Amino acid sequence: MNPEKVVFGFFIVLALTLNFGFVLGDIDNPAHHHKWELFAVIVVNLIATVLKFGDRSQVGALLLATSLVAMLQLTAAALVWIVAVYATADGLAAGTMASIVSLTAGAMIANVISVILLVIETFLLRR
Amino acid sequence: MDSIVFLIMRRMRAPLIMLIASYAVAIMGLVLIPGQDGAGHPWSMGFFHAFYVVAYTSTTIGFGEIPYPFTDAQRLWVTATIFGTVAIWIYAAGTLIALLQDATFSRALAERRFRARVQRLRDPFYLVCGYGQTGGALVRALTDRHRRAVVIDLDPERVSLLLLENLREYVPALTGDARRPSNLLAAGLDHPRCLGVVALTDVNETNLKIAIASKLLRPSLRVVCRTDSDHVAANLNSFGTDHIYDPFDTFALHMAIAIEAPCLTLLRSWLIGETGTPLPEPRDPPAKGLWILCGYGRFGRAMYRHLKGQGLDLVVVDADPQLTDPPKGGFVQGEGTGAPTLEQAHIERAVALVAGTDDDATNLSIIMTARQLNRDLFVVARKNHLDNSELFQRVGAQVIMHPSMIIADGIRVRLTLPMLWEFLTLSRFQDPAWACELLSRLCGLLDTEIPEVWQIAIAADQAPALCAGDEHAAALTLGLLLADPRERTRQLPVIPLLLEHNDERHLLPDLALRVRKGDQVLFCAREGARSVMDWTLHDPHVLHYLVTGEDAPAGWVWRRLARRRRHRGASGG
Repeated sequence: MNPEKVVFGFFIVLALTLNFGFVLGDIDNPAHHHKWELFAVIVVNLIATVLKFGDRSQVGALLLATSLVAMLQLTAAALVWIVAVYATADGLAAGTMASIVSLTAGAMIANVISVILLVIETFLLRR
Repeated sequence: MDSIVFLIMRRMRAPLIMLIASYAVAIMGLVLIPGQDGAGHPWSMGFFHAFYVVAYTSTTIGFGEIPYPFTDAQRLWVTATIFGTVAIWIYAAGTLIALLQDATFSRALAERRFRARVQRLRDPFYLVCGYGQTGGALVRALTDRHRRAVVIDLDPERVSLLLLENLREYVPALTGDARRPSNLLAAGLDHPRCLGVVALTDVNETNLKIAIASKLLRPSLRVVCRTDSDHVAANLNSFGTDHIYDPFDTFALHMAIAIEAPCLTLLRSWLIGETGTPLPEPRDPPAKGLWILCGYGRFGRAMYRHLKGQGLDLVVVDADPQLTDPPKGGFVQGEGTGAPTLEQAHIERAVALVAGTDDDATNLSIIMTARQLNRDLFVVARKNHLDNSELFQRVGAQVIMHPSMIIADGIRVRLTLPMLWEFLTLSRFQDPAWACELLSRLCGLLDTEIPEVWQIAIAADQAPALCAGDEHAAALTLGLLLADPRERTRQLPVIPLLLEHNDERHLLPDLALRVRKGDQVLFCAREGARSVMDWTLHDPHVLHYLVTGEDAPAGWVWRRLARRRRHRGASGG
């Protein structure tokens, strides 16, 4: 067992599960989507991105790309949240919540691809 | 390019993860710890504010307590945050700086720059392996004639020396082992513009490896190799190395030619010299009498072989006969630096002396001693290091032999003017009077400076006017090319040396000879004549004038008018 692989897999899967947890619920209901969850998703995704640095293989490059996409979506979601809360009079309206959740849902797709790639790579190595 | 990005990413992984983790913990703490707003009501910090506070605190900017003054609990947490995150920032920045100073990293950076520069080369270039004295002289000779080169050398000092050299063309250089094919490829072995590989390192085996790698990776490429071992030369020959150079043998052969045909040697030195420098003076070695050969190493042996072929009387002086195995007859043991040894070799009746050991101090000492014993000696000195040039000039040797320069000159001529090389080879089979006659012709043509020698191919890119149409094809002769485009009755100060038509070679071709598409011509001229001749080659109107003697109208309207006038003239007359 390679400890590096364990840590690597742990963060990638955790990024997906947290992401899924945040997205779960009514899309426009702020009560179903907690800010702590988004924070955790962003931090875990950041770490997962950095962990993917420096892998020269083709799969490594693809993994890094999916992570970068996820980070882009999550950053956008966080920015929308911040702007809504601090810079608009309405606060966190239902429409804003919907766009935040849809952005994070996009990030989740990227995370799903990430996990699929990880699984494929593992299988290839086994064989 | 990739290796550098990956290197940075790999090294920065740990510091970046620590940075993210510490930020996350600090932000979490700030959000969790309850605070108070301006009026004393309980208030808890949002993620945005928490990130803001941590961002400016950890980078030691410190804007203060925003948006409301902190409670003591918050202050306690921020204190811990400051020490944690600031330390990690310093660690991350330190890692990055250490990475930039890392030898591996800077080498990767330099290699990447080198690769990019080689890939960007748009002109034909030669790949020179080994930037020692020979390589340096060759690169200088090539760049002086506006040819490009790429250099690989193992020694970083030599590569930085190259950067200090004031060369006319930019020469990309790589510090690396030329024996490794990856380095050769990085230096442009597979570049479409690479014309040839020149292996000039001091080590025969290295040159051999470079030649093998080049021939395997790109069989069509020309490979020029230096070696002073017969064994390696035979090996190089076996897989088709194009040119193999042995400096000592080459020089000894020249010396033999100089004794046999002094005019030929002078002709050669005039034609391969640097254009615009003064003509070298003739120095005829004595063709009869006793020659003393000091030093019987690689150089001495080559000299012995070629001079013996000239039927000269030879005495060999060598300090270590066990090692060098000199010929039995006419051998004196000793350094040659002292008078007794030289007297034993009959210096008083010798006509010439060759100081050919591999040590410059010994050679100089031999010459000085010999000069005292016999004033009229003709002295051939072997110079091993360029630095000693002035000493050799001062000691008064008639011929100074410098192995590196000989190879560099030879390779340069071979690479840049293959027809001149052919001309010189052909001229060796002419009788001695032929060379002397050509010399006197050249003397009339030139003032006191080395002529310009160049070759052209009658093809669309070099002589578009000649290849444009067939109307003048029958009138195209060498004499026409030599006519002055400003006044066709005058002739340019140019001598055609060699004309190649298909596989026929015409040495000193007749001016009435026709020039056809696909021919190659070697010219020699006073400096400046070449650009005038280029006029004829490029401008169809000039060519028309030279053939017919009339200035043809160039524009459409004037052409029509001229045709009508001709018609009228024909019907009227």
